[in-house]
Amino acid sequence: MGKKATVRKGLLSAVVSHGVLIGIGVLFLLPFYWLASTAVKPDEQIFRMPPVWVPHPVHWENFPKALRTIPFATYTWNTLRICLITVVGTVLSCSLVAYSLAKIRWRGRDLVFYSLLATMILPSQVTMVPTFTIFKWLGWIGTIKPLTVPAFFGGAFYIFLLRQFFMTIPNELSDAAKIDGCSELAIYWRIVLPLSKPALATVGLFTFIGAWNDFLGPLLYLNDERSYTLAMGLQRFVSQHGAEWALLMAASTVMTLPIIIIFFLAQRIFIQGVTLTGIKE
Amino acid sequence: MKKLFSRRRRRELVVALGFLLPNFTGFLVFTIGPVLFSLVVSFSNWNLQRTVPFQWIGLANFRELLHSQEFWLYFINTGYLMLGMPLAIGGSLVLAILLSQNLRGIVVYRTLFYLPTFTSGVALMILWKALYNPDFGAINAVINGILTHLHLRELLGLFGLGDVTAPQWLLSTRNLLGVHVEEVRLTASQWGIGARDAIILMGIWTAIGGNNMLLYLAGITNIPQDLFEAAQLDGAGRWAMFRHVTWPQLAPTTFFIVVMSFIGGLQGGFEQARVMTGGGPAGTTTTLSYHIYTKAFEEFQIGYASAISWILFAIIFVVTLVNWKFGSKELSY
Repeated sequence: MGKKATVRKGLLSAVVSHGVLIGIGVLFLLPFYWLASTAVKPDEQIFRMPPVWVPHPVHWENFPKALRTIPFATYTWNTLRICLITVVGTVLSCSLVAYSLAKIRWRGRDLVFYSLLATMILPSQVTMVPTFTIFKWLGWIGTIKPLTVPAFFGGAFYIFLLRQFFMTIPNELSDAAKIDGCSELAIYWRIVLPLSKPALATVGLFTFIGAWNDFLGPLLYLNDERSYTLAMGLQRFVSQHGAEWALLMAASTVMTLPIIIIFFLAQRIFIQGVTLTGIKE
Repeated sequence: MKKLFSRRRRRELVVALGFLLPNFTGFLVFTIGPVLFSLVVSFSNWNLQRTVPFQWIGLANFRELLHSQEFWLYFINTGYLMLGMPLAIGGSLVLAILLSQNLRGIVVYRTLFYLPTFTSGVALMILWKALYNPDFGAINAVINGILTHLHLRELLGLFGLGDVTAPQWLLSTRNLLGVHVEEVRLTASQWGIGARDAIILMGIWTAIGGNNMLLYLAGITNIPQDLFEAAQLDGAGRWAMFRHVTWPQLAPTTFFIVVMSFIGGLQGGFEQARVMTGGGPAGTTTTLSYHIYTKAFEEFQIGYASAISWILFAIIFVVTLVNWKFGSKELSY
């Protein structure tokens, strides 16, 4: 095969690949476009067939209208508060446990690690009712405690991710520190944590998104409208204004937007983190 | 010297357990405790509303649910919704392979594909409910547009299929397997596209470019380059390269993804049912997890709900065990 032919073949396959990728990308984006465009449609254009792809005139006033119908500021603050506490709790507790499982040598460590992995197959539905009963007994129903306090006790999947990452940090570093008289806690805090920023960021982001999108938790534990999260508020909005699609889409856009912004800002760290913490033995 | 060593060992054990303490406490309070509690409760008729006096009823809950038609329908629904798994996993692999080429703008594509996973939740489900609306939803608008503009109706009319209409999506009990609702058998009248297929399609859109794709991408990047070069020297084409290098090298990744998908899939369907369909039409989108929720928190039958959750646990346990057995055999190629 001549060199020219190879180059041409490479170019052709690049064009084909880009074509396929762009096509798939459009399929991923179209629903989002529909969401945003329906949000600014005047009512009579929503039900028109064939559909109006580009709304005209653009009804920006749907946004303030939706914002007036739901107390968005309150819901956003409620959601953010839960998210932040959960992130701090999860990152702290999971990294502590992961450190012990990855960096301290002790008898029974592997057994504990594998038991922890085994708990991942336990469906949350089994513990859902008893946990609810415990929180009820503690008088925590209607507060954010049931949604935040458990985060401080660690979760199997994030411990697993962090443990895998900590294993890749060379032991020479912590051994040297130990000879210098550092305690395990100091090694954890001053050496391992700073070296694990991408993995910690990943766990933090995963937790944040999980808490932001969590629907079952608030549904079970928050019974006062003033303490609702965005996901809850939105679901309530659907049951009350189910037919007002423009408002519904405007409200959904407002709820999705912060997540999309966070994603674009953090995607590099995030994807790097997922890749780094991927399965390595 | 030996004594000193063992003292150091013991000290390390104490420190290690200290680090584990928060998790261990949480494990006792939020896992072991509740697990035992729910096992015990599943042998009772405990009702939160106290409409019936508390009683130990042995295996009655389990007997009742195994004879209940509802339970079997919801079990089949859960399985049906998992039919999208191979498509979603295969799709993730294809996307990862496409992205693993040295192309410009990979970061842009990767970000784009990951977006649905990242933004998933109530808002997107409301959006999909609107997209699926048979009267004004975008999806049927496109289908009807294609049917009309390409004169497909006339074409299909030649085969006696002239009355083809766009699917009713979330409003229909039809499904691609033709499962009948009441007696759970296959019938031609139920064949078509309905609520369960709609939920599968949405699930594929959400998950295909997500974590599984990233895991595959990482897996492909970790394959030693000389394996590909050696295959190329042997004159292997693209398919042969995939079949004999990429696929076997990715076996551990695939194994991990399949195991996790089964565990997730068996517990899935709650939000879709709650936000999009209310479990209907005719219970066709009620999965086991939504069933447990309604029994426990809407009908307050705690004992019965606990029994279902233990059946679900048993199913997940067995399926994971089978995966493990089968998977580890495959892994040692």
